[in-house]
Amino acid sequence: MATLDKKERLKIQRHAMPEQDPMVRIANFEEVNFGFTPNLAIEEAQRCLLCPKPLCVAGCPVNIDIPSFINLIAEGKFTEAAKKIKETNSLPAICGRVCPQEEQCEGVCVIGKKGTPVAIGHLERFVADWERTHGEISVPGKRPATGKKVAVVGSGPAGLTVASELVQMGHAVTVFEALHVPGGVLAYGIPEFRLPKDILGSEVDYLKRLGVDIVTDFVVGKTSTLDELLESGYDAAFVGSGAGLPVFLNIPGENLNGVYSANEYLTRTNLMKSYLFPEYDTPIAKARGVVVFGGGNTAMDAVRTAKRFGTEHAYLIYRRSWEEMPARLEERHHAKAEGIEFVFLTAPTRFIGDESGWVKAVECIKMELGDPDASGRRRPVPIKGSEYMIDAELAVIAVGNGSNPLIPLTTPAIQTNKWGNIIVKDKSTSTTKSGVFAGGDIVRGGATVILAMGDGKRAAREIDVYLKSK
Amino acid sequence: MNKIVKKRMLSPVIAEIELSAPYIARSQKPGQFVIVRVDDRGERIPLTIAHADAEKGTITLIVQSIGKTTTRFNLMEAGESVADLVGPLGKPSHIQYFGRVVTIGGGVGTAIAWPTTRAFKEAGNEVISIIGARTKELLILEQEMREISDRVIVTTDDGSYANKGFVTDSLKGLIENDTIPNLVLAIGPVPMMRAISELTRTYAIPTVVSLNPIMLDGTGMCGVCRVSVGGKTMFACVDGPEFDAHQVDFNGLTQRLRSYQKEEKLSLELLKSWER
Ligand SMILES: Cc1cc2nc3c(=O)[nH]c(=O)nc-3n(C[C@H](O)[C@H](O)[C@H](O)COP(=O)(O)OP(=O)(O)OC[C@H]3O[C@@H](n4cnc5c(N)ncnc54)[C@H](O)[C@@H]3O)c2cc1C
Ligand code: SF4
Ligand code: FES
Repeated sequence: MATLDKKERLKIQRHAMPEQDPMVRIANFEEVNFGFTPNLAIEEAQRCLLCPKPLCVAGCPVNIDIPSFINLIAEGKFTEAAKKIKETNSLPAICGRVCPQEEQCEGVCVIGKKGTPVAIGHLERFVADWERTHGEISVPGKRPATGKKVAVVGSGPAGLTVASELVQMGHAVTVFEALHVPGGVLAYGIPEFRLPKDILGSEVDYLKRLGVDIVTDFVVGKTSTLDELLESGYDAAFVGSGAGLPVFLNIPGENLNGVYSANEYLTRTNLMKSYLFPEYDTPIAKARGVVVFGGGNTAMDAVRTAKRFGTEHAYLIYRRSWEEMPARLEERHHAKAEGIEFVFLTAPTRFIGDESGWVKAVECIKMELGDPDASGRRRPVPIKGSEYMIDAELAVIAVGNGSNPLIPLTTPAIQTNKWGNIIVKDKSTSTTKSGVFAGGDIVRGGATVILAMGDGKRAAREIDVYLKSK
Repeated sequence: MNKIVKKRMLSPVIAEIELSAPYIARSQKPGQFVIVRVDDRGERIPLTIAHADAEKGTITLIVQSIGKTTTRFNLMEAGESVADLVGPLGKPSHIQYFGRVVTIGGGVGTAIAWPTTRAFKEAGNEVISIIGARTKELLILEQEMREISDRVIVTTDDGSYANKGFVTDSLKGLIENDTIPNLVLAIGPVPMMRAISELTRTYAIPTVVSLNPIMLDGTGMCGVCRVSVGGKTMFACVDGPEFDAHQVDFNGLTQRLRSYQKEEKLSLELLKSWER
């Protein structure tokens, strides 16, 4: 195919992602997006101007060589394109699905200034899926064994990334995971309809083929402490234990039956597969009216999960408005199409229960935007006397997560800040305990998959240096 | 790991199951529990470690068939393995010299009280154990409790064995006879713990209960196990399972324990129809 000139490229419109019809998908848990076909991918790739100084690369937290992989797609070289991405990102099938591209690569793409940016995320996903479903995923050659052992706490994106990097450097790696399935939030939090679990499964299998040892059902700090692990022969450790602590609202009625933390609601559904109850043992409550509080990805995942359980009125209640929602744009659009009822500038004040102790309604108060707060966003303030009731027999609280305190509590030498996040030195990943590194949500507070992966990558380099100096 | 090395029935519905779990056996302390998932489609349920043998690398669980999972578990035999076994979870019991300690076990609660009772004895306390059950058949660990207690009082609700009556009656008897405990540990069904708590409150006797709310992860991640203690929300899996009885909101606990009654019944019925 002849290469197109700039004008021809600019003429091509952005290709929409083929997806399940909203009315069909709210009755199942299968993935919403079907993915690009090879033809769609090639046409979309042709939109890229292959900028000599690509802004998108600078916008990507791990600086994927975006124009190069897109050009390989345009040439039909899908496997090579996948390899190109994997030079910098070991989990493209996941990032292509869950990264907030509109704030990163696509947010700064030059074409986006006048029109719509190149669909970088959809293309990333396309090549990763192509590689996984077409023939061999090659296992890269490893450097000779160094004889050093590293313990990794937590198997979220941070832990999986550091493990993959270290094992390829020739170090022996054991990942310890508290739950019975590896993946962290990718396993228990993000739903099947957004990130199918067999994709996570094949990424984990790939790590195992690389030689990473994954031990599930092992709570570091309980089953053994980090100090005990280090004494038992590990030369260094990485802590990627995440921000897994649920935050409640501290309002009356919060302990009524039917009031869930988002972690509980999503864990039941995704990790325990309660949408297949009674075939699977773990139950979950269903209701005619469900209220979900929050405006992030977690809230969006919870309210869309509720819809799929047959909820008639699934409300997303957020104290600011559409523009301020931290959730990925695509999820917000998907939620809207699925009939989620958005209630903005509103906050809950108390839950009302029935005589058996189940929630039956929630009292809310309307808010207006006041002066800007520390984050620069205008602070919502309650409007006196504007309280009103919404009927709901199930409520999910998704207003944020706290950091997991177990490792710092049981490893005295690791210091944390006032939010419980592990302190790292001088923008590195090293903690206040020598030989122990940390990254992902336990350091940043609730952030993103790609930032956790970026930390894992940096930590691997720093751990490598540390091990060589020992 | 996770393999059942020994199993015996203590009563028609209560099994004593010893599992291979070397790490847990080494780090567990009295009062801690494990989360068990029986098979690949199973739910995660908490079970207190009744006994551990660090040298053998085994832990022992005492399980009464109540819902689907416990019923399934108790049907398993030596040589089989459970899908998942994780722990030790929760805070260990607070053990020290108090003077006179009365430990009370109701039903399988006795299995939970057993390791803590031993630890109290080893810490030099005078230990009086009161163990009770609905009926003789459900009474467990009498001999084991005798070995580690200065005195054991046994009750059955229906009088089919030993003293007829409730464990509360026995505790009241002790107190009225001027055998005042410095600490009471009460573990069993919620109504029993509540009754003990009400009784000791009137005498201002410090009392500890071990709570059994619904759990999921068991590591503080989901909040389903929350209980109100002294007006504050606590997570039983990480802040407990033992709490000051006089501060516990037993009504809230009872209410939350009923969350999935319908579903639990359905699961059990399906299991039984499948067994047939
Ligand atoms: C519902 C939901 C949806 C999200 N959606 C998106 C999205 O679309 N895009 C995006 O970029 N980000 C999203 N995020 C945020 C993103 O998932 C996190 O930023 C990311 O997973 C953090 O990775 P991590 O490796 O630091 O920790 P986690 O993924 O939290 O993993 C930590 C792991 O460590 C384990 N662990 C903790 N303590 C111990 C211990 N003591 N011993 C052993 N194991 C332990 C935990 O069980 C867990 O598996 C979402 C988050 C949630 C909750
Ligand atoms: S900024 Fe946009 S057009 Fe330029 S290289 Fe990146 S994706 Fe292509
Ligand atoms: S069981 Fe999930 S927080 Fe306690």
